Amino acid sequence: MTTTIEEIDNFDSKAYLDMELLRFSTAGSVDDGKSTLIGRLLYDSKSIFQDQMDAIEAASAKRGEEYVNLALLTDGLRAEREQGITIDVAYRYFSTPKRKFIIADTPGHIQYTRNMVTGASTANLAIILVDARKGIIEQTYRHSYIASLLQIPHIIVCINKMDLVEWDEKTFNRIVNDYKAFASKLDIKDVHFLPISALAGDNVVNRSENMDWYQGPTLMYLLETIHIGSDLNHIDARFPVQYVIRPMKNEYHDFRGYAGRIAGGVFRVGDKVKALPSGFSSKIKSIVTMDGDLQEAFAPQSVTITLEDEIDISRGDMLVRENNMPQVEQEFDVMLCWMNEKKMVPRGKYILRHTSRECKCIVKETKYKLNINTLQRLEDDLELGLNDIGRVTIRTTVPLFFDSYRKNRNTGSIILVDESTNETVAAGMIV
Amino acid sequence: MIDYHLNHLKELEAESIYVLREVAAQFENPCLLFSGGKDSIVVLHLALKAFYPASVPFTLLHVDTGHNFQEALDYRDNLVKKHGLRLLVASVQEAIDKGLVREEKGYSASRNALQTIPLLEAIEKNKFDCAMGGARRDEEKARAKERFFSHRDEFGQWDPKNQRPELWNIFNGRKHVGEHFRVFPISNWTEMDVWQYIYQEQIEMPSLYFSHKRKVFERDGVWYAASEFIQNKPTEVIEERVVRFRTVGDITCTGAVFSEASTLEDIIQEVAASRTTERGTRADDKRSEAAMEDRKKAGYF
Repeated sequence: MTTTIEEIDNFDSKAYLDMELLRFSTAGSVDDGKSTLIGRLLYDSKSIFQDQMDAIEAASAKRGEEYVNLALLTDGLRAEREQGITIDVAYRYFSTPKRKFIIADTPGHIQYTRNMVTGASTANLAIILVDARKGIIEQTYRHSYIASLLQIPHIIVCINKMDLVEWDEKTFNRIVNDYKAFASKLDIKDVHFLPISALAGDNVVNRSENMDWYQGPTLMYLLETIHIGSDLNHIDARFPVQYVIRPMKNEYHDFRGYAGRIAGGVFRVGDKVKALPSGFSSKIKSIVTMDGDLQEAFAPQSVTITLEDEIDISRGDMLVRENNMPQVEQEFDVMLCWMNEKKMVPRGKYILRHTSRECKCIVKETKYKLNINTLQRLEDDLELGLNDIGRVTIRTTVPLFFDSYRKNRNTGSIILVDESTNETVAAGMIV
Repeated sequence: MIDYHLNHLKELEAESIYVLREVAAQFENPCLLFSGGKDSIVVLHLALKAFYPASVPFTLLHVDTGHNFQEALDYRDNLVKKHGLRLLVASVQEAIDKGLVREEKGYSASRNALQTIPLLEAIEKNKFDCAMGGARRDEEKARAKERFFSHRDEFGQWDPKNQRPELWNIFNGRKHVGEHFRVFPISNWTEMDVWQYIYQEQIEMPSLYFSHKRKVFERDGVWYAASEFIQNKPTEVIEERVVRFRTVGDITCTGAVFSEASTLEDIIQEVAASRTTERGTRADDKRSEAAMEDRKKAGYF
C-alpha cells in the first residue's frame, strides 16, 4: 500500500512520528532506466510536487522530448542535464505511511565507480537494474561486487524493460539463473528478483497486469516491509570518543563527559568499560542527553557518557567492554577502492581516518588488484588508479582499535587523505 | 529480547548531532549561519543538544539583507538572549554603501543574491574556518548533490564536479590556509521531517509560520507581503488576506500561502497535503533552471 491523496487527508501526525528509515542505493548502466525508475517511485508515491512536475515538463518540451523525462528530476547539475548523464551521487527523499526513504542515486558508468562506492557506504539496501533485453552484463557484475564488498545487507535485482521482451517469463527466469550462478561467488546475504517496467510502472508501485506468472511482491512493497532491524551490530559495544564536554559552569563544575555516537552494541549505566589506548578501566556513571539521562544506549545513538573514575580520555580514544575487545593493531589488510586521479604511490604515506581517530600511515604492500568485471585477482598489475580496487597492507603510526568490516561497518572502515592536497583519495574496508 | 531501533526522527537527530560534534572537533573557529528560518532554528536546537550541558561552541552569523520580517528579527534576538549566544550580523546594506555590491533595480529587485559578498567578507574578517547552514538536500536539485562537509576554495567557491567523496560517517575537514568548509548538519532531513521534529520537540517558532492576517499582493502567481522594500507595479492590488509563510527569507522574494494553519499539527497536515515544494514560493529559484547551482558555485549558501 502506498500513500494516496485520501490517506493524506486523513493524515495522523502522531503516527508519522514513528517511522523507520531505510537508506538504499541504486546503480544501473547508462540506458537501463535507473532515473526513470526513481522518477516512477517518486511519482507513484506522490512525492513529486506539482511545481517540480511543471518544471520538468517545461524542460522536456524545450528539449523536444515526446514524453515527460522523469530523469530530469534526478539530474541536478547543468552539465548532467546537458549531457543526459548522472555525474555525482544525488540524494532523494520520499516517504510512505510505513517508511521514510533516502535514495543514494549513483551513476553507472565505469569511470564513476567511486560514486557507487560512496552511495553504497551508507545503504541498507541496493537496487540493481538489469535490462531484460541484454541480461547480465559487465556492469551488473561490477555493481553486485561493490554491493557485496560494501556489505549492503539486502539486494533487489530489478529486471527492467519487461515490456520490450513481451513480458516473457522465460527471459526473466534465464536472467535470474545467470545472476544466481554469478552471485554464489559473492558475499551477498539477502537477494530478491523482480520483473518490472519502470517506464510503464509495472510492479514498481502497482502490480503488473501484464505478468500473471509473477506472484511475488512489488518493488514498493519490498521496500516498505524488508526487515532492517538486524542490520546494525548490537553485540560488540564500541564507543569512539568524538569530543570531550566540559561545561565550565558552576553548576557542572566537575562534569567531564565523553560525547560520541555509539558505533556498535549497547552500553548501560554501571557497565564496566575499558578505555583504549590507555587500557584503564572504569564504570559508566551516567548516559547524558538534554532530554534526560538514559539507562542504556545503543548504536546509532549520539550520547554523552560520564565515568565513575577520572581517567585521561580524549578524541580518538574508544570505550569498549572488558570482555569484548576490538582488534588493536598497527598493521592490517584492507580492500582499498582508489578514488583519485593521482594514482596510489607504492609505499606512499597518507593520512588515515578511522572512527574519530586520525594518524599517518604507509601503504606497505599491494597484494593484488581486482578485475571487478571478472573478479580475477591480478598479481602482476599492482598499480591502483582511479576506480581500481585492490587488497593492500597498511601500517599506521599508532595502533587502531577496529573490527573487520564484515563484523561492523562503522569500526571496520577507513579513508585515506592525501597530505599535500587534503583530498580524500581512497576508501578501505578492513579485512 | 529488546528491539534496538530508532524511529526516523531519532536516527536523523543522532546523525545531525554527530555532524555538529565533528565540526566542533575538526575546526578551530566555526560559525552557524542563522536566519531565523525554521531550518536554522532546528540546527541550533540540535547544537544545544549536542553539547549539553555545555554551551554551544559556535558563533551565530546572520547575513542581513536589511529587508527583513520584523518578527524574524525579534525572534532571533530573544533566542540569542535566552541561550547566552554570540551573534554577529553581516550586513548587505553596508556592502552596498561601501560599493562592494550593486543593488538590483526594477520591480523584481532582490537582495538575495547580494548576500554572497557580505557572507564571504564576514568569513574572511572573522577567520571562520567553517560555516554551518540549515540547507537540506530535498530543497533543490543542486543541493541534492551537496556533501555534509563541503569544501570551498580561497574564493569561497564550490566546484560541484570535483567534490571530495564522502563515505560512511567519516568526514574529512582538512584544508589549506584561507580555505573554508560549509557544513550542513540536516542534509538528510525533508521539510516534513523538520516540522515533525519541531512538533515532537515543541520548539518555539516565529509567528510568521502560523496563519495570520497580512497585506499581500500577487506577482507571477506568487503572493508577497506588501512592504516598503518592494516597488509595486500600478496593476498590483494590495489586499488583506489570511496567510502564513512556508519559508522565511528576504521579504522581497519570500512568498506567502493562504492558510488557516494556526498550530504545529495544522502545519504538518498542510505540508502532507501540499502539492508544491516550499521553494515553489521563492522567486530567487525561479530565475533559471540552474539558478541555485550558479549561486552556490559563487559562494552562496
